[in-house]
Amino acid sequence: MISAKKKIKKQGYAKSGPLLLIALPGILYLLINNYIPMFGVFLAFKDFNYVKGVFGSDWNGFKNFRFLFKTRDAIIMTRNTILYNVAFIVIGTVVAIIVAILLFELGTHIKVKLIQSALLLPNLLSWVIISFIGFAFLNSDTGFINNTLIKLFHGQPVAWYTQAKYWPLILVFVFLWKTTGYSAIIYMASIAGIDKGIFEAAKLDGANKIKQIIYITVPMLKSTIVILALMSVGRIFYSDFGLFYQVPMNSGVIFNVTQTIDTYVYRGLMQLHDVGMAAAAGLYQSVAGFTLVMVANGLVRKFDKENALF
Amino acid sequence: MRRLSDEKKFQLIASIILVILALIALLPIALIVIASFTDEKTLLANGYSYLPKKLSLDAYYYMVKQGAIIFRAYGISILVTVVGTFLSVMLTTMIAYPMSRKNFKYAGLLAFFVFFTMLFNGGIVSSYMLWSRFFHIKNTIWALIIPNYLVTGFNIFLVKNYYLNGIPDSLIESAQIDGATELTIFRKIMFPLAVPTVATISLFTALGYWNDWINGLYYITNPNFFGIQNLLIRIMNNIQFLKSGTITNVLGTGAVELPSTAVRMAMAVIGILPIVVIYPFLQKHFIKGVVIGAVKG
Repeated sequence: MISAKKKIKKQGYAKSGPLLLIALPGILYLLINNYIPMFGVFLAFKDFNYVKGVFGSDWNGFKNFRFLFKTRDAIIMTRNTILYNVAFIVIGTVVAIIVAILLFELGTHIKVKLIQSALLLPNLLSWVIISFIGFAFLNSDTGFINNTLIKLFHGQPVAWYTQAKYWPLILVFVFLWKTTGYSAIIYMASIAGIDKGIFEAAKLDGANKIKQIIYITVPMLKSTIVILALMSVGRIFYSDFGLFYQVPMNSGVIFNVTQTIDTYVYRGLMQLHDVGMAAAAGLYQSVAGFTLVMVANGLVRKFDKENALF
Repeated sequence: MRRLSDEKKFQLIASIILVILALIALLPIALIVIASFTDEKTLLANGYSYLPKKLSLDAYYYMVKQGAIIFRAYGISILVTVVGTFLSVMLTTMIAYPMSRKNFKYAGLLAFFVFFTMLFNGGIVSSYMLWSRFFHIKNTIWALIIPNYLVTGFNIFLVKNYYLNGIPDSLIESAQIDGATELTIFRKIMFPLAVPTVATISLFTALGYWNDWINGLYYITNPNFFGIQNLLIRIMNNIQFLKSGTITNVLGTGAVELPSTAVRMAMAVIGILPIVVIYPFLQKHFIKGVVIGAVKG
């Protein structure tokens, strides 16, 4: 770094013009796609009217927010977004680490590679395809669960898409199904970085595999776990729109357990045409999200400066 | 029986658990593949099954014969994926390269400009208003390519870090001594050198475009511009409509009859097909990409 600075002092800066010109298309895109909408948050303080338009609509102060937080919707969507994320962070991390350890212990045999490919495949599918798969299992007339599994155990068929109580479990399962292979790769890379000598020494001291995992592998993963978890905490106000919109098939009777801030904003904007409320919910999410990213980053900095975002 | 050593025992148990997990990963996908090859009457009578009583290729014959709308959607998905990935890679490397130049006066400012987009966003409502009311992007092919995905801070930092750590300054300096302009240096030297990273981000970007349905959901109402994902959504919605008793032909043109269950599943299968075909060849890059992305963008 110091030598680079010295060099710059000696030779001077490069001409900025040509370099800026190369960056220009990207800069313009980010200005339009990311920065202008940041100023568009004023829509949350307007009584939006499609005829009067974005600039012509009347201001109404904090009325959208007051309405939003008076409804049960605000509590439900916040609760769902946060609780599902907490479940995903905790369960997702544990399952991913277990899978990573098992995969790593089996080595690099071709069979292990095949298993890894299989575990990764769901991650490559779109939420639309996954909702089709879900429908094949869950629909009440021809679904696999009602027609085969429940018949096998002589149970009563269940109308899955209308029974809220099953959905927390279904959504967590679908999340794990899609993401475990992916997260496991990250932990495998960390495990591969552990010094082999430590395991050899433990073996000589008579530690068996399980003991090695508990006392060496898991503790050595601590920093990766903490950093990934903190990054997820920074995104705790955001949910995967596809998981919560496509997989439950937009079924209204189970909104209580499937509505998140993202699905609320979509429905407000595109289905109920309540632009003010959708904008208010969106701004609430952006501000809360920004605050949490800052807090999470501060914690990462404290824990391990190298891995902090800034 | 010979007692297994601890090591062997552990390996055996680990293998069994992993094989079970691999089956859990694959079997749900297999169900819709098998359904697409199942005779329609059998499917309606016995439900989705791994061992259908009667197999049939009717769904695929139907798609080939009646599938103008399906082929169109497929074409749109391919077009969007190719054009989107190409534009994305160009714009991303073009903004990342100046950021990586140590003697570029505005490199730090530019990095902050990009970084801030990763911290805060204006939300979908203002973004939707901007694209639909000011750029009139609704029901155009651009709606599937431009909003949200074209350039992301994450990808920019991946390429920037690659340049910063992987390419020596002396290379640029010697090119400058030879009289090359900045644009020539980028075109002839820096862009080709970024190929390994570009390959990784192309892979993820292409997958993202192929699998995207959210832009279509917001900006496309005309079925002529549906990609395969949005066509699948519309067909699933039609079935929901039929079930709720409101029999409306939502496909707009009125000419399309509601495809049978097997045909729907066959469409989902051809939606997955390109991914499954290409996946084995690219898995190595995919895994590398996941690791680079996670460690630090």
